[in-house]
Amino acid sequence: MNPAGVAGPATVACRRPPGEDAARAESDAWLTALRARGEERELAIVRLHALLLRAARFEANRRRATTRLGGAELDHLAVQAADDALLAVLARLDTFRGASRFTTWAYKFAIYQTAVAMRRRAWQDREVPLAPESWALLPDPGEQPQQHAEDVEVLAAVRRGIAALTPHQRDVLVALAVNEVPIDVLADRLGTTRGALYKTLHDARRKLRGHLAAQGLGAPATTLTEETR
Amino acid sequence: MKDPRRAAALRRLLGPAEPEVTCEVCFEELDFYVDLEIAGADADGSVPGMAAHLRGCPACSEEHASLTALVTELTRSYLPE
Repeated sequence: MNPAGVAGPATVACRRPPGEDAARAESDAWLTALRARGEERELAIVRLHALLLRAARFEANRRRATTRLGGAELDHLAVQAADDALLAVLARLDTFRGASRFTTWAYKFAIYQTAVAMRRRAWQDREVPLAPESWALLPDPGEQPQQHAEDVEVLAAVRRGIAALTPHQRDVLVALAVNEVPIDVLADRLGTTRGALYKTLHDARRKLRGHLAAQGLGAPATTLTEETR
Repeated sequence: MKDPRRAAALRRLLGPAEPEVTCEVCFEELDFYVDLEIAGADADGSVPGMAAHLRGCPACSEEHASLTALVTELTRSYLPE
């Protein structure tokens, strides 16, 4: 992705207080200091850790309701996440291409490390449901006589479509989409990665959409566009 | 689909129909995408498939929302009164 020309100074300047040139100079200064030797580098690392810790605490506080962690435990988690983010940033310094501000690039590592740690903590004592018995949100249409006829048809087709998936696709789809198990938690339990699991989810969804389309049920896909993030 | 809970489950099951980036690409592009969004630039046009992925992947979507909120808050704090 080439950032040049994507966001010209006229559009960027309105909400970037220091301006495009200043942002680039700031990023360059970070890189220079972090690539220096001796005291300059040490001081830059201390500043970088403080920056990452601010982001980690921000994320931990946003998610604090998802865990039962108290203030000290939550802060310990944030410090640990900032430490992990610092290592990740330093290891990947050469991959920073200047498309964004250096600080935004660095923050994303702290957000990621904290978010993953919080999801793991929230699910550490919970069983991850994989079995199809957890299709409670998609009950047998026959059990819901008051439902609209179209809903009944769609739900029945979805259930048949899920049944037609491979066992692995079915497990992943049900865990992530029905039981809303966080993808990182499921990846840990299955010994895989977020990316690999999402690929499985993507393939399962595509098969399911194809199954519905083959039965002339394209309408649910239209409904999907109403979803908000 | 009348039942909102069931409609939401169906949306999660079917996911976005549009082409989407992977989780790895999403992470690589996230800072660029967020900076463009905050600047009011064409983030979706600059990173095709990102918006669809954020609709389909709750984890990446949460991290996008957090990074946006953080950078927005810090950007505001730089603005003069």
